[in-house]
Amino acid sequence: MPLITGDAFTADAFTAVADDAALPESGGAIVTLARFQKDRDMLLSRNTPLGVQLKANENPELLGADLHRLSVVALEFPKFRDGRAFSWARMLRTRLGFTGQIRAVGDFLYDQIAYQHRVGFDAWVVPEGFTIDEFHRALSEMTNVYQPSADGKKTIRELRSRR
Amino acid sequence: MAHPPASGPQMLTANCLKQGDVVYWKKGGWVLEFAEGEVFANPADANAALAAAEKFVTGNRVVAPYLFEVRVENGKVRPVKEREIIRGAGPSVRTDTGKQADHV
Amino acid sequence: MYRYDEFDAQFVAERVEQFRGQVARRLSGELNEDQFKPLRLMNGLYLQLHAYMLRIAIPYGTLSSKQMRMLAHIARKYDKGFGHFTTRTNMQFHWIRLVDVPDVLADLASVEMHCIQTSGNCVRNVTADQFAGATPEEIEDPRPLAEIIRQWSSLHPEFVFLARKFKIAVGATPHDRAALQWHDMAVEIVRNGHGQVGYKVIAGGGMGRTPYIAHVMSEFVEREDILAYLEAVLRVYNMDSRRDNIHKQRIKILINSIGPEEMRRRVAREFDEIKQTGTLQLPPEELARIAAYFAPPSFEKLPDVMPTGDADFENWKKASIHAHRAPGYAIATISLKAVGETPGDISADQMDVIADMMDAFSVGEIRVTHEQNLVLPHVRQRDLPQIHARLKAIGLATPNAGLITDIICCPGLDYCDLANARSIPIAQKIARRFADLRRQHDIGELKIKISGCINACGHHHAGHIGILGVDKKGVEFYQLQLGGSGAEDASIGDIMGPGFGEHEIADAVERVVNHYLKVRRDGERFLDTYRRLGMEPFKNVAYQEQLNAAYNG
Repeated sequence: MPLITGDAFTADAFTAVADDAALPESGGAIVTLARFQKDRDMLLSRNTPLGVQLKANENPELLGADLHRLSVVALEFPKFRDGRAFSWARMLRTRLGFTGQIRAVGDFLYDQIAYQHRVGFDAWVVPEGFTIDEFHRALSEMTNVYQPSADGKKTIRELRSRR
Repeated sequence: MAHPPASGPQMLTANCLKQGDVVYWKKGGWVLEFAEGEVFANPADANAALAAAEKFVTGNRVVAPYLFEVRVENGKVRPVKEREIIRGAGPSVRTDTGKQADHV
Repeated sequence: MYRYDEFDAQFVAERVEQFRGQVARRLSGELNEDQFKPLRLMNGLYLQLHAYMLRIAIPYGTLSSKQMRMLAHIARKYDKGFGHFTTRTNMQFHWIRLVDVPDVLADLASVEMHCIQTSGNCVRNVTADQFAGATPEEIEDPRPLAEIIRQWSSLHPEFVFLARKFKIAVGATPHDRAALQWHDMAVEIVRNGHGQVGYKVIAGGGMGRTPYIAHVMSEFVEREDILAYLEAVLRVYNMDSRRDNIHKQRIKILINSIGPEEMRRRVAREFDEIKQTGTLQLPPEELARIAAYFAPPSFEKLPDVMPTGDADFENWKKASIHAHRAPGYAIATISLKAVGETPGDISADQMDVIADMMDAFSVGEIRVTHEQNLVLPHVRQRDLPQIHARLKAIGLATPNAGLITDIICCPGLDYCDLANARSIPIAQKIARRFADLRRQHDIGELKIKISGCINACGHHHAGHIGILGVDKKGVEFYQLQLGGSGAEDASIGDIMGPGFGEHEIADAVERVVNHYLKVRRDGERFLDTYRRLGMEPFKNVAYQEQLNAAYNG
């Protein structure tokens, strides 16, 4: 499926690998937490970039110090109503200081992209046919925000005090 | 909305997407009046209509069609459940609003 | 009251355009109903029995006359000429069309109103004491903090897809008129041992299928830390709540399953972290800046002399007037519970007259209460006869505020898709039964609250007498609960037993009330007598008819 990173479609340097599938010969691999925990040493010893995909009920703290050896954390939205990943992304950026890619995968809506962007997502696996114009529009619907988040965007209170 | 399989007569209802009005199935389309709606004598006909209604959902015309039980009393068709009586007529506490008001 | 600046105005305007786009995408089919539903809910739009229902936010229950006139306009132009005030101090219109909603929202935006987050799994309308700014009892006006919380929670990116709804209330008085302990989270403005003002935070209250009273999360949060603390609670809730069973996803379930101590520990961890980043600190200048919007009007120096009048006026005064902090002034409650009418409903014509009265008598301001009444917060005592006369002319001078016929009632099966039974006709029946005013005063404070389904929008768990409508094999039945309270002595009503039919419930309530009158001690309200005696004697009299019938064959 198409991948947006930053603000453009890019070729996906990673393959999402099922638990019982072989790892790709080259290029990055994204594995589930279960597989990561099982094959941790082997996975970390590979020369290729590694990512872990977390389910909605999997707290990123479960990755421990290994987090900083990952290039990607993919956060699943099993159903768009399940908003736990918003907190996981924020946690990854702030508490855990993760600077790699946080990608949104699964069932999420166009209307959630702006919120995802604010809490620290910087990559999106989107449905076929989704356009980059839609992506930019999603981010531009609301100009200002009332509260701080992981994106560090200036809040309305800060803008007011600068007047 | 899940209903146990009904044995008695049923009708099919939904809400109009744009307006919100309650509508009733009648021969491949929808009418606003309960009294004009089609009554299905058997579950097979009812389920066939429910399936046919799906295209109005995917066609963004109606929302959430479902079957409900009716009974025939003195030659008149009436819903079994209070909820459907109210849906068909309007609020019992404001008889000047809803479909009941249109009948005046 | 708060006034939008250009940022607030732009925010609401962009939100309207965003929703316009969402409606267009729904009508074109780009969004199906399952995808559209959470989006429309977060703009207050339900699909109910007869039509769409739109819930308009009235932050901390405060309205200006301009806003009241706009609500009247919307009632006329887009609805059927009336609206309904809810138990969360919002306004609902029952007959809206989806295609009209963007225009309704634009009209609302023109008077600094919106429907943002009045439904959906997000932080809902922040409510507060309806006497805020007027009562001598308060430590300070709770509304500046409520406004700060409103802004902070508006489209909070982390908390718009919570496990369930999240309701917040703010209080500042020993008498709790905002039902704080029944909220998902509440802030009580308090003074600590050093006389310093700060915030007590409680969480985990809630109605619904499994009612709970809130637990203390922190006895005292410093002023600057309050948003950090509230965010910490919400964060723990968002991360740790169940998502597998819709009936177990409110914060009350989380706190009661892990225990309040563990909840406090988790919150403390998040709170410490947020505090360290410093991004959510609330500087005193900001609190003062917002508080300035709520500065009390300059009160005239007036003698404290309550006018007298005829029996009608005296009866109305007795029920409707509360003491004001400024001499010569009063707080006037307007009951929206005319006997035999729909509790909480108001017509467009009534709204327009009220708006004029707000300008003439109450510095252009009115409050909505969670008991579905209105309050003119700052009226001159000497204007009370005029106020009463004008209310009487529009049928809003029912002298029953706080009495047994001042019933809280949800829309119920007459309007609501979720309901199992009708609630409004029961409220009307009971009100007619107890209409005699002398009897009402004899009975004194007795809060009846009626819900048409387990979602408890009528707050029946907090009723001194609570009534829950159920569907028993297709027939509407009504269960009684006794001894609930939404005040500072919060308690959950006890379920009496099997339900009563539509034609029995008023009789059962009357038997319960008559028994109270028979056995009460001096000064006891119904609630006090119930707490002293327990369910047994009331249950016996309530089921008297059934017992008689069984006994007599």
